[in-house]
Order: sequence, then structure tokens, then C-alpha cells
Amino acid sequence: AKMFTQVYGDNGKMKEYHYTGPVEHRFSPYSFNGGTVLAVAGEDFAIVASDTRLSEGYSIHSRDSPKCYKLTNTTVIGCSGFHGDCLTLTKIIDARLKMYKHSNNKSMTSGAIAAMLSTILYGRRFFPYYVYNIIGGLDEEGKGAVYSFDPVGSYQRDTYKAGGSASAMLQPLLDNQIGFKNMEGVQHLPLNQEKAVQLVKDVFISAAERDVYTGDALRICIVTKEGIKEETVPLRKD
Amino acid sequence: MTRKRKNVALEGLLEGGHTKAPKPMKTGTTIAGVVCKDGVVLGADTRATSGEVVADKMCAKIHYISPNMYCCGAGTAADTEKTTDLLSSNLTIFSMNSGRNPRVVMAVNILQDMLFRYRGQIGASLILGGVDCTGNHLYTVGPYGSIDKVPYLAMGSGDLAALGILEDRFKPNMELEEAKELVRDAIHSGIMSDLGSGNNIDICVITKQGVDYIRPYQESEYKDKRQRRYKYRPGTTSILTEKIVPLELEVVQETVQRMDTA
Repeated sequence: AKMFTQVYGDNGKMKEYHYTGPVEHRFSPYSFNGGTVLAVAGEDFAIVASDTRLSEGYSIHSRDSPKCYKLTNTTVIGCSGFHGDCLTLTKIIDARLKMYKHSNNKSMTSGAIAAMLSTILYGRRFFPYYVYNIIGGLDEEGKGAVYSFDPVGSYQRDTYKAGGSASAMLQPLLDNQIGFKNMEGVQHLPLNQEKAVQLVKDVFISAAERDVYTGDALRICIVTKEGIKEETVPLRKD
Repeated sequence: MTRKRKNVALEGLLEGGHTKAPKPMKTGTTIAGVVCKDGVVLGADTRATSGEVVADKMCAKIHYISPNMYCCGAGTAADTEKTTDLLSSNLTIFSMNSGRNPRVVMAVNILQDMLFRYRGQIGASLILGGVDCTGNHLYTVGPYGSIDKVPYLAMGSGDLAALGILEDRFKPNMELEEAKELVRDAIHSGIMSDLGSGNNIDICVITKQGVDYIRPYQESEYKDKRQRRYKYRPGTTSILTEKIVPLELEVVQETVQRMDTA
């Protein structure tokens, strides 16, 4: 359609057939690889879940590319957006964790990792990492903690957060089921681990129904004081 | 001529200015067709996307044209719907006027005329298949008005995936069952490899004896098995204020009409 509006000039007559002159082609350093990430914090556990589909445009690059990365025994990070930046960012975080451990003789806590990530992201304020991060883990008291970020490092601690391509579909559902928003006369029961895992699975099944970039499989990382347990559940592949 | 200038000027207004036209729903599809010994087999997936969101999980992409012709449509959903509806109406009028069944080549020419006249602004890529007195035919019509007469075909965002299957296993003069399986496999490949196609598979078999529109030919194997029930108790949505207005009605006139139950 664009081709033909350039054929007619402003006076309604056809323009000259050959277009002479330089044509500028733009190279975009970014690309969107899809994927959805979700994190939920409980009383003594945290869950970080992501789908495993890596896509570009209308094609699928991989059906088995999880977006949760284990950082320490008590922290998992989920990254979605541009896969190139996700890989580089996690490499940088791993290196910084090692440096901290060697200098301070202890592992970084979840809160410390979150603060560090914020400065790493803001360091690239004018050529950002195209990554939507969510950190899930246990804080110093052993309680579940979720930290959600934007691409340039703004972060806050949450109870639950969805990020990535289907985030707009999942967040309202979590607001209702975990935050009990927009409901009257419902008992505010604290979330236990089994219910939280069921909710996360159901919520991803719904996301895969309506978002084309979400699907294939779901990787759930459950963080407790015993360690990190991983579970994989199949999702729609179409 | 002035109508065309007006359309062109309007297009310039929307895109050049800061108003954003609403994005039309595209079908992001896989459609395929195959000519076999006894007729024509058409197939389509059932997902309609609006950007990256699935707008319709069970949309019908195989449209009725006439008793002996069906058309699969890819591209902008509204365009394929309306173009095929218009074609169907025109052909019905023609067959009433002339007393003849329309031939496939006539339908293709009408489509080509219309789409070329609109210079590609109607985003409809169609696969037209039908059986008439001259034989079994399969045509493709592009959005700019190009046509091609072929024995097998795939269109839409999943066309390359489907074409891979068709190129591998197509043979001239196939049996009907074999052709149905081939089209089903081609659409299935589009559904798995293309993000714009998905859900179920519809098949339409057109033969001299009649039409078999199988919808769905194959249901998606992904049934959502959710673990919890998410039904809300009555009273969950809070009622903030309630206003009851009693309607004071008085009987003005009463008539009784006996029903004839004989």
C-alpha cells in the first residue's frame, strides 16, 4: 500500500516513475525474541517461571530456550526481550557475583543483586539493554522476595510480577488471584507453595492460548531454603 | 477519478499526520489447496491474530462462493470476508440470469478485476478452488490482482512451511484420501512452524458429486488442562449503590383473544 501512495503526488497526478537519489537503510541493533517471565514471592519460598520459546518475527528459533538463570543458591533471575542482551547481561552479573564473593568472602544477597543490577542497567542509559528483568529469591530473613526492573534500571520490590510479551495479560490475573484486587468478601488466605505453583501453571496455559510468542514449555524454578528445584511443564506448541 | 484521488489523499492524511489508523485484524494464516483425481481439496488453519494477540481461535477461513466453488482467504480478515461475499453474490445473480452454474475461471476473472482496480489496497490473498463442467481447477489471486493456475498451492504467513510438505509429497492425480492427508499435513506444518497460524484445521473437499466441508477436520491436540477452578462466588463484585424504581402500572384495557387450537 505504501508503494502506491508515493506514486501519486500532492496534486493527484502520477509522479515520475524512477526514484533517483540515495536511499537510507537503517540497521537496528535490537530485535525482539519474545518470551514471558513471571515471579511470585511467598512466606518462605519464591517462584520464578518462564516459557521456553525463542522467536523472531513469525518464526521460531528454539522451543527449548528457558529464560530463568540461576545466580546463587537463593536467587534466580528471569530475563526476556532481546536474547543477545539477555545472554550478555547474565554473563556480566555472573562475573560481578564472583568478584563480590572473592572480595567479601560471602555470596550476594537478593537485595544486593537487585541494587547492583539497577546500576549495571543505568550504566547503559543511552544504549540500553533491551531486557525485562525479574529477580526472585529469598531475602536475609528467609522470606520470599521479588524485584522487578525496567530496561534502564528502575526497580522495586514486589510480591508478584509478570514481564515480557504476555505481561499485560498475566499481570491483571495475578492482581486478582494473589493480590485479591477487585473482589469483595473473599478471604485473604496467604499463598502456599503448592497453590502458587498450580496458579503459575494455569496462568501460563492461558497466556499461551492468546499470545503467539508464548508457548512450547514452561520452566518453573522454586527457591526455598533447601535450594532451587526446577520443574518443566509442556505448553501449546502451535 | 475523483474518488481515487480522495482515497489517496485520505491515506496520505492518516500516515503523514499524527493520527494512527486502527490496525486491521490480519489472519496470519496457513492456507493450502491441492487438485486431485476426483476434485479439489482446500485446507486452512483457524487462528486470527491482531498483532501478537490471538483474536479468534476458531475463525472460518474457507468461504463459500457457489455450490461448486470455495475460497480460502489470507491477509486482512475484513478484506477476505467482504471480497468473497461480494463474489458469491455476483455469481448467484449471474447463475439466476443465465441459468448456468458459474465456472471457476469466471470467478477468478471477477476477483482479479476487482483487486487490480483497488491497486493492492485490499489486502486479500485468496486460493480459489472448484469443480465445473471443464474439470477441477485451483487458482491463486494476489492482493494486487495477479493470478496463477496451479495443481497445488499454499498462501499466508505459514506458506513456506506448508509448501515444503506439498513440494515433497505432491503427485498428479492423487486419490481423495491421500490428498486430504497431504493438505492436513501441510497445514499442520504451517501451524507448528509459524506463530501466526494455529489451533484447528479445516478441510473442504469439492467433487463433482458435491462438497464436504469438514470443520474442524482435526481439533488441536492442546486442550487446556487447568488445575484450579476460577469461578467467582456471587457477591464477589461489590454492589456500591442500589436504586430500585417501582413502575406504577394500572390496567387500562384488557382483551382476551382465544387461541385456535383445533
